[in-house]
Amino acid sequence: MTVKRPVIRKDGKDKVTGRAQYVDDLCFPNMIYGVSVRSSVARGKIQKITYEGDLPWKDITVATSHDLPGPNVVAHILQDQQCLATENVQHPDEAILLLAHPDRQLLEEARRKVRVEIDPLPSIHSIEDSLNQKTVIWGKDNILKSFVIEKGNIAPLWNEAALVVQGEYRTGAQEQLYIEPNGMIASVSPAGITVWGSMQCPYYVHHALMVAFNLPKEKVRVIQTETGGGFGGKEDYPSMIACHAALLSLKSGKPVKIIYDRAEDMACTTKRHPSITRHKTALSKDGKLLAMDIEFLLDGGAYATMSPVVLSRGAIHAAGAYNCPNIRITAKALATNTAPYGAFRGFGAPQSLFALEMHMDRIALQAGLTPEEFRARNFLQEGHVTATGQTLRENPDLPGLMGTALNALGYHAKRANYADHNRNPNSRIKKGVGFSVFLHGAGFTGSGEKNLASVVAVEATPFGRVRVLASSTEIGQGARTVFAQLAADALGIDYDQVDVAQPDTHIVPNSGPTVASRTTMIVGKLVETAAIGLKEILIQSGHLKSECSTEDFSDQFRNACASYIKAAGPLKSFAQYQQPGHIQWDDTKYQGDAYGTFTWAVYAAEVSVDLTTYEARVDNFVAAQEVGKVIHPVLAAGQIEGGVTQGIGYALYEEVRLENGRMINNRMTNYIVPTAQDVPPIQVIFAENPYAHGPHGAKGIGELPLDGVAPAILNAVAFATGTTLTEIPLLPETLMRAMSNE
Amino acid sequence: MSNSAKITISCRINQRPCSFETYPMTRLIDLIRDDEHFTGTKEGCGEGECGACSVLMNGELVNSCLVPAVQVNGADIITIEGIIRENKFSALQEAFVDFGGVQCGICTPGMVMATVYLLGKNPNPTEAEIREAIAGNICRCTGYTKIFEAIQHACGKLGALQ
Ligand code: FES
Ligand code: FES
Repeated sequence: MTVKRPVIRKDGKDKVTGRAQYVDDLCFPNMIYGVSVRSSVARGKIQKITYEGDLPWKDITVATSHDLPGPNVVAHILQDQQCLATENVQHPDEAILLLAHPDRQLLEEARRKVRVEIDPLPSIHSIEDSLNQKTVIWGKDNILKSFVIEKGNIAPLWNEAALVVQGEYRTGAQEQLYIEPNGMIASVSPAGITVWGSMQCPYYVHHALMVAFNLPKEKVRVIQTETGGGFGGKEDYPSMIACHAALLSLKSGKPVKIIYDRAEDMACTTKRHPSITRHKTALSKDGKLLAMDIEFLLDGGAYATMSPVVLSRGAIHAAGAYNCPNIRITAKALATNTAPYGAFRGFGAPQSLFALEMHMDRIALQAGLTPEEFRARNFLQEGHVTATGQTLRENPDLPGLMGTALNALGYHAKRANYADHNRNPNSRIKKGVGFSVFLHGAGFTGSGEKNLASVVAVEATPFGRVRVLASSTEIGQGARTVFAQLAADALGIDYDQVDVAQPDTHIVPNSGPTVASRTTMIVGKLVETAAIGLKEILIQSGHLKSECSTEDFSDQFRNACASYIKAAGPLKSFAQYQQPGHIQWDDTKYQGDAYGTFTWAVYAAEVSVDLTTYEARVDNFVAAQEVGKVIHPVLAAGQIEGGVTQGIGYALYEEVRLENGRMINNRMTNYIVPTAQDVPPIQVIFAENPYAHGPHGAKGIGELPLDGVAPAILNAVAFATGTTLTEIPLLPETLMRAMSNE
Repeated sequence: MSNSAKITISCRINQRPCSFETYPMTRLIDLIRDDEHFTGTKEGCGEGECGACSVLMNGELVNSCLVPAVQVNGADIITIEGIIRENKFSALQEAFVDFGGVQCGICTPGMVMATVYLLGKNPNPTEAEIREAIAGNICRCTGYTKIFEAIQHACGKLGALQ
């Protein structure tokens, strides 16, 4: 058995020795470089393009949208995003044309010598201006997507309620800041297009190239190179860069490499959606939720891209881990003249859960209950019905998880001590503890998994080596290792006997995108099923005895593979996703089983706040979660610790500063993420409650840790300072303002 | 940059004598990666903030994206590829893998170089010293905790080797 054991990760050795090949490490004969010329304004009409300076323009490949064989779109959910702006630009830094040349320095000079004259048009830069239609920049009303989720009827409750609490909460954008910037290499020949690059979703890139180049699927080949972090930031944007590199390659006849530098990557690629959430909550006199009216608004940027689905996950999570008979969630994603926001670990849920968990502490305070008592009176339990009408079929032991997390932090004693300490007017450093309770739906929302209908294959060689074929990518989370563990255990062979193929659309079937905490739970289950299928083939065909002694099973398996392949040819088994019967979802009404299952968590933070500098620091952190079953203890804990650290950045440090829609702090010098000196001790606790449809009972965990960190920290800071907090990032100036408003 | 005259630079990279005809302001990282094909040194920011490009130059830890070629003449450069041969540090690399200090791996070569430098000066660092030593190396994946564990474990082992 390798599952549940910390086997050595498959890609560890290559990465730690510097041998792993990322896209910028690849070089092809005759390869040249590509760059993008971008818009200097937020919105406008392109008038004229001139090529200035004393440069060998005839040696420089220039490509515009007119060179695209297919439609000028980067195909996502809606096909509204231009591959290259032709007449209108919709956001700063939108790509207008592309240049390629072998000499990177000359290319950089040339990029600066292309003059694009644009007549500016009025632009909008806030959710409010977009909602009020100060100018209409998208569709007929700036609304990229809107819907309402309703359960019961909230209307009659406001008068009956013992208490009504309102609040408005805001979150800023967040940059994924994977340490490997985006990059692609494309090579176009009469046989078709091949691209290599850093990405999460090879088949998304494949689809975008088929559309923009008007090619059948077999003429497009996408190969994922080792990917230096993604976190959602390499979900949709790589399709854009792949189209650009392919277009330059088509035009120049040479392989073209495009690597974004950090400033370009930060300014142009997707980030987490900024949000505004408004809560109005009615409470009974015994502290039970009667009605929740929630308005959830996202700034989507200039094109729809992923916003509809981010909005949907965010809205579905907006009522959190609580039971309430009457809920209305009104959700809108709005267009602004900023580079489109996109996927980032948590996918809308960190925004809506931040609002909810700040609001829960606010309600508790007004109701005269402790935050833990108030929450405990309203926890979701088995049989309860969520906002979308989903009956919970699992029992999340939230009281138990809350007890575990709070005890691990020493919450109760600290809360009492710090209350005393903070009362002392001479204490310059205030101390606080706080927590959040939350859930995360694993896998695609609603009928998403059914529509994807993912496929995985497992094949064997005559020497008994097994290879897993899936398009799910290793992006640091450990997909390769977990797939190998699951295949090895399903077959009863050694972990070392299993390889995982590099995702290459000519070789691997479409197991769906590497997003939505679905890789272990959904795709891992398919790996297991395909592996069991492979063993069945050997048994049914008489090459393997079903009763295998474990002693020499590896030898028996190898012999069986060899004799099967000799007799019958290639040995390969497929598995395709079948939606479990209990999942019912209505996309038009947002009703039904939003997710097959949820993971549950209670995160608790201890902080100090320096009242001279208004700096908040996290001193201790406890992350307790129920994730089904843990497949690899070290990788799983690593996911949580990394997610908590990104959450600390989201809460306290990471500010995307925009000026007329352009990110102006697009450098690592002025966009601040946590360093080794900023992370507190993080205690990770796993509670287990197996999910019947996950491999070995596992649920997805990748995104969960981002969801609850910021509210836990801000609730602790609110306690330390006695201030109502409603906004992240909580920079010193934000805290100072909040405290002086009290 | 392309207007200034090229100069000749000689140095040693991973004990290999190298010589370049290049511009004075060409960055060391480009000499290492493009000219010598030691692609284990990574570029995360190009402005001295992420540490992914860390190498040893004359025994000092530097960000190779900030060092111009003109400063490299006569220098002794060690990259991630160069430390593999020094057996005693393979225990460190092993610990990075075993303890989960590696996820996407793009920061890892730089982290390892920063740690090699630290342990060369201070074989038994405290946790605070470890945090300080790698504070210039950004890791977006691990949350650093498992990197601290890996380094602490390796110190124990390396200590035993000495
Ligand atoms: S690339 Fe040199 S410090 Fe980031
Ligand atoms: S392992 Fe990905 S940045 Fe450190």
